[in-house]
Amino acid sequence: MAQLRQQLLVFNTSNSSPESRVVAWALYDGALSQDKQQMQSGDSAEPPYRSVLAAMQDGWRVMQVPQMPIFVTGREFDTGHLPFEFVLERMVEVENSI
Amino acid sequence: MKIVYDENVAKAPASAEASSGGVATLTREEPVEKRHLLTAAQMAFFVTYGYLRVENLVPDELNQAVLEDERRWMGTKFDFWYLSENIRKVFELPQVKGLLQGFLGENPIFDHSFIHHVRAHNTGAQNWHADSIIDARPFGFDVQAFYWSHDAPVEMGPTMVLPGSHMRKINISSISRYKNFRGQLQMPIKAGTITFFHHGIWHCAQPNFTDTDRFVFKLRLRPGQEQVRLFNMDGYDSPEVLDILKKGSMPGDAPWQGDFDRLDSVQHARLWRFVTGDPKIDTSFETALSRMHLD
Repeated sequence: MAQLRQQLLVFNTSNSSPESRVVAWALYDGALSQDKQQMQSGDSAEPPYRSVLAAMQDGWRVMQVPQMPIFVTGREFDTGHLPFEFVLERMVEVENSI
Repeated sequence: MKIVYDENVAKAPASAEASSGGVATLTREEPVEKRHLLTAAQMAFFVTYGYLRVENLVPDELNQAVLEDERRWMGTKFDFWYLSENIRKVFELPQVKGLLQGFLGENPIFDHSFIHHVRAHNTGAQNWHADSIIDARPFGFDVQAFYWSHDAPVEMGPTMVLPGSHMRKINISSISRYKNFRGQLQMPIKAGTITFFHHGIWHCAQPNFTDTDRFVFKLRLRPGQEQVRLFNMDGYDSPEVLDILKKGSMPGDAPWQGDFDRLDSVQHARLWRFVTGDPKIDTSFETALSRMHLD
């Protein structure tokens, strides 16, 4: 009997638009069994989709859109984590091994 | 240039302890010749991208001697520096001391060292991270020197870096949710190379798909003085050197930065002003610092 598992895409984009280019990414695949290796740091030079919109067009659902950054007077040029994070999910069927 | 040991930070090797009282030193102080000093072009690259790879620094005979020590004492972690006289010889080479002096001054302070070891066929990668605690210094920096005693082609897992990430404040692995970035860089390494990292650069160890264990020795040093005009300043404001910094400030040069790349360019331009001691030089995008009369 088939069961559902969640796949998670974490994208950071060049600006706040879902149409903008993906600049950082990760896939966490709940359909992979524990003995299989998940996406590893540094294992791909290109993202699985060029944009959030392209992933949506392939069936991914957007779970999170980023808040707009706030620029505090006097600290406008401070930098840290990447600011435009989208989180997407897809549910996929896996065969029940029991 | 001589490495200084602050007894509140780390002990000195026995040989150094025996030769001095109070603050122990690695070697007798010898002046660095100008030809060995870090160049303005090298510093400009480091300021822009947060790392510098220098090849052919260490002769083959010494590389081989260190590699034998690394295999003998592979699990000794922080103690390898104290066990291996050969590794300390690497950092006594005049061409190595000249680079360190250009970054850190005549008396850099020993922070810690570590022998990193990735076994053959270890297919797991380390999470992306920056080392140590969040650094509150606006421009001062530690240097982490990664010395490679053997060739490390990409399939052997030399450390991956994210060029231009060094001024972005993160906390250890707070960025580790991400697995890949546009522009991430894994450099193939030749024996005798040292890669110098700004303490803040994002990086991660990579899988070793070969049949051979992979080693790299890390030495972290703190500056012993203000890091202003410590390198060979010849040509620091020349078109050739400024082009290195200006190329790095152009949109798209570090594609992972997205539309925030202009903010990174300001951070790097401010760091260049700091290390050159020149409050007017401006390599920021559209010379933003000058236009807005900012420091």
